[in-house]
Amino acid sequence: MAVEQSLTPRGEQTRIHDIGYRHYDGPRLGRAYARRSLYSQSLRGSYGLGRSVKSKVLPMLLFVVMCVPALIMVAVAVATKAKALPVDYTRYAVIMQAVIGLYVASQGPQSVSRDLRFKTVPLYFSRPIETVDYVRAKYAALASALFVLTAAPLIVLYVGALLAKLDFADQTKGFGQGLVSVALLSLLFAGIGLVISSVTPRRGFGIAAVIAALTISYGAVSTVQAIAFEQSSSSAVPWLGLFSPITLIDGVQTAFLGATSAFPGGEGPSSGQGVVYLVVVLGLIAGSYGLLMRRYRKVGL
Amino acid sequence: MWINPRRLFDFRGTPTGPYDWSLTRIQLRGLTTAVAYATTFDNVTVIATESLSKRYPRVTALDRLSVDVGPGVTGLVGANGAGKSTLIKILLGLSPATEGRAEVLGLDVATQGGAIRERVGYMPEHDCLPPDVSATEFVVHMARMSGLPPAAARERTADTLRHVGLYEERYRPIGGYSTGMKQRVKLAQALVHDPQLVFLDEPTNGLDPVGRDEMLGLIRRIHTEFGISVLVTSHLLGELERTCDHVVVVDGGKLLRSSSTTDFTQTTTTLAIEVTDTDEHPDGTSAVREALHARGVETHDGSGLPGAGHILLLTAEGEETYDLVRDVVADLGLGLIRMEQRRHHIAEVFREEQTDGTDVQGVRKEAVGHGS
Repeated sequence: MAVEQSLTPRGEQTRIHDIGYRHYDGPRLGRAYARRSLYSQSLRGSYGLGRSVKSKVLPMLLFVVMCVPALIMVAVAVATKAKALPVDYTRYAVIMQAVIGLYVASQGPQSVSRDLRFKTVPLYFSRPIETVDYVRAKYAALASALFVLTAAPLIVLYVGALLAKLDFADQTKGFGQGLVSVALLSLLFAGIGLVISSVTPRRGFGIAAVIAALTISYGAVSTVQAIAFEQSSSSAVPWLGLFSPITLIDGVQTAFLGATSAFPGGEGPSSGQGVVYLVVVLGLIAGSYGLLMRRYRKVGL
Repeated sequence: MWINPRRLFDFRGTPTGPYDWSLTRIQLRGLTTAVAYATTFDNVTVIATESLSKRYPRVTALDRLSVDVGPGVTGLVGANGAGKSTLIKILLGLSPATEGRAEVLGLDVATQGGAIRERVGYMPEHDCLPPDVSATEFVVHMARMSGLPPAAARERTADTLRHVGLYEERYRPIGGYSTGMKQRVKLAQALVHDPQLVFLDEPTNGLDPVGRDEMLGLIRRIHTEFGISVLVTSHLLGELERTCDHVVVVDGGKLLRSSSTTDFTQTTTTLAIEVTDTDEHPDGTSAVREALHARGVETHDGSGLPGAGHILLLTAEGEETYDLVRDVVADLGLGLIRMEQRRHHIAEVFREEQTDGTDVQGVRKEAVGHGS
């Protein structure tokens, strides 16, 4: 400790003086600061920062996997002097949904199950923060982490598009729509991931449950949609999309953000149906928040 | 603003020797607000409860508990389920009382929970440490959760970990720590924001006798050196009587007794001795008793307390008594298992209670069985 040495007399450099206990008279920044601290710690933790090397591997790997296709697309677009990017901004997250799903499944439980398993939660609540601060910090942190994950490749695409001298206004509009779409996706996926993970202190269960919730719902919805389409009852296709998170996002962006639907036959929802989609998405986000609040209300010491 | 005492210290001149620190500490306390800190609370109630009750649908955890706790180290004793943890929960403002009121540091628990938790530290009974981070990282994070700015959080963490006796190992992941080290980390996170009061819930749980003694010594220092009041719970009365200025005994959510340990302090010490049996003296204890009687030393056997058959209690008048016991035991060729000082007044507390007709059997047994 440099400070301690500085006051030791010359010739006694090696001795460490025990000057006893010192009281803290500095500022105490209170509840809002504590909430921000928890937010930044959780956000950093979502990418393994401030944690062991081992826990950095998966999130960083997924981040790279998420960005590499965008880089390739950009390289191709620049090299071939293409007139448009091979993939829409809004479509990118839908294509990469498996990676996003894996990320939520690995980092959702990391964020909340650990606190439950190691019983760190009571320590948080013995400090100035309240339940609402904990829930908001955790929710915001995972949503932000997801936004970083999903927005980064869009930035790569946008920068690449500008380098390839594609139409600026057109690209900026698409980029903006893409950002709105992934923001909505981040909130929705973070909510679902956290609600599921907060039920179990076991990280493994949490991971499996989140993956199951995301993939099974998508698998079921897309299968039934395909069957409905084949049976030429295509009017049912948009309604079926309400039952899985990624198709919900797909529906919202098809209706409002100028995206082309990934539904069979491109049978995206109309504007009217789009309102239902949006209401369901916002309802799910609010519902997740409400469930988390309820989950942590009773967690005392 | 946070004034670094070391800076002030520099202005006042450099220390001349290793023994200066105690003196300078006093000066420093005068310069910072620490003295005001210590004196403000001298005659003030730190915790006050007034017919505090907590009822759950099936159980009554606290039953009209009224108790005043002053500054210093206070022991909260009771069997498991006596309502100790419930009381702490209410005092931290985390759980509303069914009726009655409570104040901590003059703040109402029902309305000012946040302000209380900013000034109070809490060390839970259970394990609460994530294994994959280092003690430093964890305590820094907890300091920031208490509102300390990043730089202050790091500085206080280094100081606090040193005070609780964690040095190089603080950079290693907590998962590899021994129980004793984990307890120190738990204590450090409760102290890192320099609270005015700490709640320590069963801090000696799971520790071996040496670790237990170290922890109790540390708890004592929290008050004497750090100037922080302590409320420490235990189901072992014996270990609290050495450490605490005041003991509050609860049973079944009711206040059984609240008394100062100094009320009963005696000038003479009671010695407890225990010896082995040999072939020559099949009953070593009675052999020693007779030999001591022959030399004019009065003994008694703890009158019906558990282990009474094997432990002799006698009054130590001074150094000679220790030598005498040693010689007597050696002459008889017995092994001396233990010879320790025992302030037996807490046992007396319970003996009185028992004559009052109160059933405190369970607590009393533990008190003596594990007592120092």
